[in-house]
Amino acid sequence: MGRKLKPRKTGVSYAKWGYIFILPFFITYFIFTLTPQIMTVYNSFFENYRNGLKQVGPNFVGLKNYVALFTPDKNGTVGMLKYFGNTLVLWVMGAVPQIVVALLLAVFFTSYRLNIKGQQFFKTVIYMPNLIMAAAFSMLFFTLFSTVGPVNQILLAHGIVEKSVNFLGLKISVRILISLMNFLMWFGNTTILLMAGIQGIDQNMFEAAEIDGANSLQVFFRVTLPLLMPILVYTVITAMIGGLQMFDVPQVLTNGKGVPDRASMTMVMYLNNYLGTSKNFGMAGAISVVLFIISAGLSMFVYNSLSRQYRK
Amino acid sequence: MKNAENTKGKILMIIARVVVYTILIFLAVLCLFSFYMLIINATRSNAQLQAGFTLMPKNNFFVNLKNAWTDASINIPRGMLNSFFIAMCSAVLTTYFSALTAYGIHVYNFKLKRAAFLFIMAVMMIPPQVSAVGFIQLVYKFHLTNNYIPLIIPSIAAPVVFFYMKQYLESVLPMEMVEAARVDGSGEFRTFNTIVLPIMKPAIAVQMIFSFVSSWNNYFIPALLLDKAEMKTVPIMIAQLRSADYSKFDMGKVYMFILLAILPVLVVYIILSKSIIKGVTAGSVKG
Repeated sequence: MGRKLKPRKTGVSYAKWGYIFILPFFITYFIFTLTPQIMTVYNSFFENYRNGLKQVGPNFVGLKNYVALFTPDKNGTVGMLKYFGNTLVLWVMGAVPQIVVALLLAVFFTSYRLNIKGQQFFKTVIYMPNLIMAAAFSMLFFTLFSTVGPVNQILLAHGIVEKSVNFLGLKISVRILISLMNFLMWFGNTTILLMAGIQGIDQNMFEAAEIDGANSLQVFFRVTLPLLMPILVYTVITAMIGGLQMFDVPQVLTNGKGVPDRASMTMVMYLNNYLGTSKNFGMAGAISVVLFIISAGLSMFVYNSLSRQYRK
Repeated sequence: MKNAENTKGKILMIIARVVVYTILIFLAVLCLFSFYMLIINATRSNAQLQAGFTLMPKNNFFVNLKNAWTDASINIPRGMLNSFFIAMCSAVLTTYFSALTAYGIHVYNFKLKRAAFLFIMAVMMIPPQVSAVGFIQLVYKFHLTNNYIPLIIPSIAAPVVFFYMKQYLESVLPMEMVEAARVDGSGEFRTFNTIVLPIMKPAIAVQMIFSFVSSWNNYFIPALLLDKAEMKTVPIMIAQLRSADYSKFDMGKVYMFILLAILPVLVVYIILSKSIIKGVTAGSVKG
């Protein structure tokens, strides 16, 4: 990995310094991430919650929390599956345009034939929402799209609607707002990553294709896309892992309720509900384990593509 | 024949440029519009906001600022101070220790070197939410709710920042430099602090910005651990604004709160956008 170190003439071993330098990282990771991770899994096998002022448990209950997680409620819906579905729908609605638009922009920006001017300006603008506090961005959308907000004022003033639209009352509009925010927050980031990927492709490939008389579309589908594939896959997988964690935007937009009818409740919002006043560590633990398994599975892809760089 | 083809090609290129610039301008407007509305609305009074929509700023900015700044229930200056303190400490710890860890793995040869490196890469993408249950219990056990220690200290172990630093070291640090320092009798820690850290300045600066921003924006864990008013951070206050009885609010003040929440990051971004954007790509997969 990296460059090979030269054999030392002095014969002094510096190995212990390696351990000393990485020790703070591993101690911290052990205390604040690994131990909590194990405690989380452990908790998922216990009944442990607060009911008003009364503390119930912890009592060992085996897999009862997991069974409860996948048992239909009185309306016949399985909460966990519903929220997983919501998260997936919201992710797809935001990520598909995000990746398509980013791919398009990355090709535009790197095309020497198009020779786009003002690239720095466009990049600065489209990346900006990525750094904005998601909670504040979501609150901003809430005020802009509220029944008395500016968007409704515009719609009413132009006679597009007769009475103000309750954007938070409709499943489709809530979902569009959430995915629009996610799209705006992430497409600039993806564009920059894919641009770097295209710039990393051997320029001779493009020149050769051009000499062979390929047009722009052919170059894109036969050269750029196949050679970009590893990075594109990496981008999609990391976006999925990010999507799995979707919380701030829908939480603030819907005030944690996932309105309407929990159609915008994501898995982490569900987890957060159990961590709130009820402190139901058993159920929260079970949800976390499910989330962990999904994200660990996705992480394997990332791990493989990263370690390929370091395989010697 | 040749000329006709050339003209045709030129016309096609012009059409392509028009389409591309239209798309770019549309996306730029889409990105900026909500923030433009935010700034405009922050300059208008509640009555002006109720009266209807306008693209022109009004003169109520400082009144809104004073109202928001001195609000009794949402102490935004305190929240900003708290957020700033946490974000600054996290940024310093995360960059220093990530650089230290990266240096340790990059420069020294030891038995567990490869294992340590692969471990960090393997856990890099695991989201922090999945260990939140145990983390909260740990915090309760040590009576550290309403305390910033659990929000700051964990940033010592930041796999993504480590990975970035490792890649940076690979591209900039010649081993001869470390060897030369040793010959001069410099201790290992001194070599790191006085020779390696200065070399890593650009990487440290970029990562400090990114970790500051992500800490400033962090909502999930802090919201579960901080419930004392004077300890709350900005994102918690923004969410509080959302759950308050909305109809009674002075909307000019609400917009001002949102503006204050994003302003520090916005200002830093406008000043340093070039190097921030450069920093986005480094540290990710190279294909």
